[in-house]
Amino acid sequence: MAAKTRTSSFSRNLSAAAPSQGPGLKCGPNGTVFLSSGIPDLDKILGGGFPLGTLVMVTEDAEAPHHMLLLRNFMAQGLVHNQPLLYASPAKDPRGFLGTLPSPAASKDEKSHKHDPDQEKGLRIAWQYKKYFGENQLNFDGQRDGKHEYSNEFDLRKPLERHFLSVQRVDCVSIQDSPNLSALQDRSATFLSQFPRNDGSISCAGRIAIQSFSAPQCAYSNMEWDMLSFIRSLKSMVRSSNAVALITFPPSLLSPSSCKRWQHMADTLLSVRAIPDEDKELSQLLTGYQDMVGFLNVHKVARINTQVPVILEATTFSIKLQKRRFLVLECLNQAPVDGSSGTSYGTSASCSGSSGTGNLDF
Amino acid sequence: MNQRSSNLLDEALGLDQTIEPWPLRGRIVAIEDQVETSGSFVLHHILKRSLSPNSSNVSIFIALSQPFSHYDRVLRKLGCNLVTQRDNNRLFFFDMLMLQCPGGDEGISPECGLIALYGKIYKTIVALPEVSSKNVTIIIDDLSLMEVAANGSSDYVLDFLHYCRTLTTEFDCSLITLNHEDIYSSADRPTFLLQMEYLADILIKAEPLATGLASDVHGQLTVLNKGMNYRQGSSRNKISNFHFKVKENVVECFYPGSQG
Repeated sequence: MAAKTRTSSFSRNLSAAAPSQGPGLKCGPNGTVFLSSGIPDLDKILGGGFPLGTLVMVTEDAEAPHHMLLLRNFMAQGLVHNQPLLYASPAKDPRGFLGTLPSPAASKDEKSHKHDPDQEKGLRIAWQYKKYFGENQLNFDGQRDGKHEYSNEFDLRKPLERHFLSVQRVDCVSIQDSPNLSALQDRSATFLSQFPRNDGSISCAGRIAIQSFSAPQCAYSNMEWDMLSFIRSLKSMVRSSNAVALITFPPSLLSPSSCKRWQHMADTLLSVRAIPDEDKELSQLLTGYQDMVGFLNVHKVARINTQVPVILEATTFSIKLQKRRFLVLECLNQAPVDGSSGTSYGTSASCSGSSGTGNLDF
Repeated sequence: MNQRSSNLLDEALGLDQTIEPWPLRGRIVAIEDQVETSGSFVLHHILKRSLSPNSSNVSIFIALSQPFSHYDRVLRKLGCNLVTQRDNNRLFFFDMLMLQCPGGDEGISPECGLIALYGKIYKTIVALPEVSSKNVTIIIDDLSLMEVAANGSSDYVLDFLHYCRTLTTEFDCSLITLNHEDIYSSADRPTFLLQMEYLADILIKAEPLATGLASDVHGQLTVLNKGMNYRQGSSRNKISNFHFKVKENVVECFYPGSQG
């Protein structure tokens, strides 16, 4: 799906033209460079990841901490790639949050290799086609290896190893007590000055993660214009440096017009939403409802150096925890109308128009 | 057919017949868009037109939302090299990404913020040679960020716009602005937006389709051209409405249902 966003049949051979880059960076179209969001599925949806120099905003669910999933993976991915991190949070002790970051699942690659002999055995039946399969598999392996370097799968139950959390690379700020935003602005400015943008190769990229920016426990949370002007200046600073800033915020605390302004300023705009525990209607409507923990909406995809909007095939994705460890995003699939009796496709399709799915799209 | 259909936007703006004299001379164009559908491609289109090689137009671009490199790349794909134009003194690019003007009455002093910006624009226009000073296009991207830079005092920004408006009468400049309509939709009296719509001679609205986003149709444009023929004495509003699809090198405009 993500590949479809490149509509032109002429595409530059990016791997050949790519200048030398640090780890965890990938060339994208229009001279952009991506870094990974820490969720391989999200990277795929966004067409590669978050472009350097952009501002990503995530609107929170007021009642559930799903934005933390995105935040944790984003931060952990940066630390695994040795990218400096600035983390600001309304908590008293932001550094404590680093202890909850997930660890990359190293076993994944080994496992896939272990599977290979079995698969080969199974394929021997159709030995004539083996050469085709072999070719395909080679391709897949190559892709997987490349992706493994660029973005990791994170095991949410295993904490990140200590050596990733060295003090030099991680800067933590508590935004709870500061009466205004000038302190945070100065910290971001000094942080971003490490990654000036020049046309040469990019050796290192930085990440800024700001959690619950407009949280009510922050003293400035009623100064809407100050927050707006902070976001604006942060965006301008990020634009001229090799970094990505991710801000999560609870929209319900902002006035509607201010909230729209925030959305306009975001380059990439995502929202997360929890799903109610026992929603009978939804569980009938969607397959795999039991494994879902929430929904992710993609409202806006960053548009740097281009005027063409990115139109995704689907904008709502379900957030699932695979084996309670790995975060995966999937398109919503409509369940057969009556799951037990296995109705034919025709009837389920005819029902899709009439069933009131509300704000979910398929 | 393609050639014809891509001209719907030009037609609505009155840019289809001549480029010299500049048809938008002395006029104010307000572009309004929404979160789902960006209207910045209209800005790019007008900028490209105003910098077209067989005219002597000069453009002053006040950028609050994107750096020069972004516009340069976008316009290059449209077939217009901004670096060359800047070197030829046909484009004056004011990078205002870090513009910050203190709000309130006490913050207003001649050397800061928007007043200084106006001074800069004025000086640029006055310094131009006689031929080109008649065809200056001032482009602002975008007004909502200017409000943020002014710390929410939209009156201050409105003052700035009124000053810019005097330029349109004094020097026959044209003023092109981009703003976001949905920001003001929750206010019961969106003064800022209404004032801008009142000032505008041409109002362009970019909206998403009611049926949602599609890859074939990116949205619809409504162009209200107030007093198309005001020079001939008859003033009439002309409303055009069409769908568009934004591509890298062109914007395709077509009537609903006539494509795909």
